[in-house]
Amino acid sequence: MNIAVCVKQTPDTETRIKLTEDQKRVDESDINFILNPYDEFAVEQAVRLKEAHGGEVTVISLGPDRVKTAIRTALAMGGDRAIHLKTEKHPDDPLVTAKALASVLKEGNYDLILLGKQAIDDDHNQMPSILGALLDIPAVTVVIKLEVDGNKLTAEREIDGGHEILEFSMPAIIGAQRGLNEPRYPSLKGIMRAKKIQIEEREVATEPEQLKVESLQYPPPKSPGKIVGDSADAVPELLRLLHEEAKVL
Amino acid sequence: MVEGSDFLGIFNRLSEEERLVMQTVRDFVREQYLPVIREYHARGEFPMQFVPQLGELGLFGITVPEEYGGAGLSYFIYGLAMQELERGDSGLRSFASVQNSLVMYPIYRYGSEEQKKKWLPLLAGGEKIGCFGLTEPDHGSDPGAMETRAQKTDAGWLLNGAKMWITNGSIADVAVVWAKTDAGINGFLVEKGTAGFTANKIKGKFSLRASDTGELVFEDCEIPEENRLPLAKGLRAPLSCLNEARYGIAWGAIGAAMACYEEARDYALSRVQFGRPIAGFQLVQEKLVEMLTEITKGLLLNFQVGKLKDMGTAKHYHISMVKRNNVHQALQIARSARSILAANGITDEYQTIRHMLNLESVYTYEGTHDIHTLIIGESITGLSAFR
Ligand SMILES: Cc1cc2nc3c(=O)[nH]c(=O)nc-3n(C[C@H](O)[C@H](O)[C@H](O)COP(=O)(O)OP(=O)(O)OC[C@H]3O[C@@H](n4cnc5c(N)ncnc54)[C@H](O)[C@@H]3O)c2cc1C
Repeated sequence: MNIAVCVKQTPDTETRIKLTEDQKRVDESDINFILNPYDEFAVEQAVRLKEAHGGEVTVISLGPDRVKTAIRTALAMGGDRAIHLKTEKHPDDPLVTAKALASVLKEGNYDLILLGKQAIDDDHNQMPSILGALLDIPAVTVVIKLEVDGNKLTAEREIDGGHEILEFSMPAIIGAQRGLNEPRYPSLKGIMRAKKIQIEEREVATEPEQLKVESLQYPPPKSPGKIVGDSADAVPELLRLLHEEAKVL
Repeated sequence: MVEGSDFLGIFNRLSEEERLVMQTVRDFVREQYLPVIREYHARGEFPMQFVPQLGELGLFGITVPEEYGGAGLSYFIYGLAMQELERGDSGLRSFASVQNSLVMYPIYRYGSEEQKKKWLPLLAGGEKIGCFGLTEPDHGSDPGAMETRAQKTDAGWLLNGAKMWITNGSIADVAVVWAKTDAGINGFLVEKGTAGFTANKIKGKFSLRASDTGELVFEDCEIPEENRLPLAKGLRAPLSCLNEARYGIAWGAIGAAMACYEEARDYALSRVQFGRPIAGFQLVQEKLVEMLTEITKGLLLNFQVGKLKDMGTAKHYHISMVKRNNVHQALQIARSARSILAANGITDEYQTIRHMLNLESVYTYEGTHDIHTLIIGESITGLSAFR
């Protein structure tokens, strides 16, 4: 099976985010970058499929030089080849990224293209679907279970209030959701194996962006909690507040 | 605001794979180990379920060549891994220290080809657990005075004596045991289940609770000649193993110190007294500054000695300096962090007191703080102050 995994490097979930002065970007100076957590599920699934069915896993990432670390992580988890699409920064516009990825994916003739359902930095949730449209192949996202039978794929995905099971055939695109698998940690041996893999670098001319980030804002500070009481007597008041103030009931 | 414990950006000097190893072990500890450590600490047990995973990650036999199942990596990477393991708990790092430096190392360095082929891959994968028996009930700092004896017989050796305070003692499948023979000190691989060999768990510990510590007893225990480490001759052999482990401890202690510092700093920022975060008071700031300065110095020592170790020029007294300094400072940092956490600092809701108590063991084992003082003292004066 010829598998591609598209991965993005994102700030660590533990990082305290600071914005640049113009409030248009995240200040990258003190940030620890990681492999996007949803992409870990995609990499893990790709490696498991390779282990079960044979083939090769190609890791593809677009972005500045630093994204190589995310590529290495994916390789250390079991990827075989890697392509780095070099750009100055991550485009704001997902369509621009998708077009650049699509051109590389077309060449590769992949049976299966896996990626995280979303990146935890810009949270667009668009990449699997746009790629599906650009490549004109089935794209199934928010996938929590994937089965392969010859050329046929069965995917279970989360939808509002339930699960949906879809059948389709390869080539196809999968957007991985938490629960698809338990990603492995890269082993020390895997890290050293990854070190020896040459990452293929390609310059990409990205198209002009049609979507631009106008400004970023910090989340509003959390208002302090309120203790209504400490016995059953407080329940009616609690219900009233949940209903009228918090409006969750 | 400077986040984390790397004030001078020392880790920016790491290569990509060094950084990945550090991050991987850190993630493993944070995501898998920390959620359960409190429970195992309370129970006084090592969480055995992690052994296979530690093996899969490649954390056993880090510097042992790949042909024997190791990862074949540098001592520098070994150090980084120990740092991150001890960020979790000294017991976790101790387990790895013993397996790597006190069991796999002597088999690799002093064992026969058959011993290496048989044991190293099993130990690397975590399928077998080892321990190292040097200390005895009556001989700690002066192991040369050991009483355990191995008597040559027609069939092999007859082992008699007892070893005390042995990490992993009661859970090990194989013990590297040091005993006196007519030809000086020798090392023996004693397998679990050997007639005349018993191991008892030491109870009532207030320190290193999430680590197994045992007593090994040998009563006319028959050991075949093929279980003797053929190349280990004299006290130098076990001391060379300790040297390996001490090197890792120096890194580990800084990991524990970082955990305490980071917890204390976060606590100080959120704890409000007299109308402001306690981190705003000068006395609290001084404590935090002292902690971070010592962590930074300890890291720099580790980086230098790590480089010496990989160049093959690290002397035993170099390693004494990093072990002595870093463990001492880590213990001071843990105590200081505990004082910032105040009442909250005495419960296991926070990790600091667990580290603080653990570090008391680390201060004593692998050569006490004072013994390392004498080792360094001898190296700079030429005068031995041991006896
Ligand atoms: C949790 C734990 C795990 C351990 N794991 C292992 C293990 O896996 N394998 C193993 O073999 N051992 C192990 N040990 C034993 C450890 O190495 C010894 O405890 C240590 O070497 C000190 O020996 P001792 O406790 O007998 O102290 P002693 O040697 O009796 O020392 C008592 C005190 O006297 C001081 N002292 C001794 N001699 C001198 C001197 N010449 N000058 C000045 N001061 C001196 C010491 O510094 C110390 O303060 C472990 C210990 C602990 C606590």
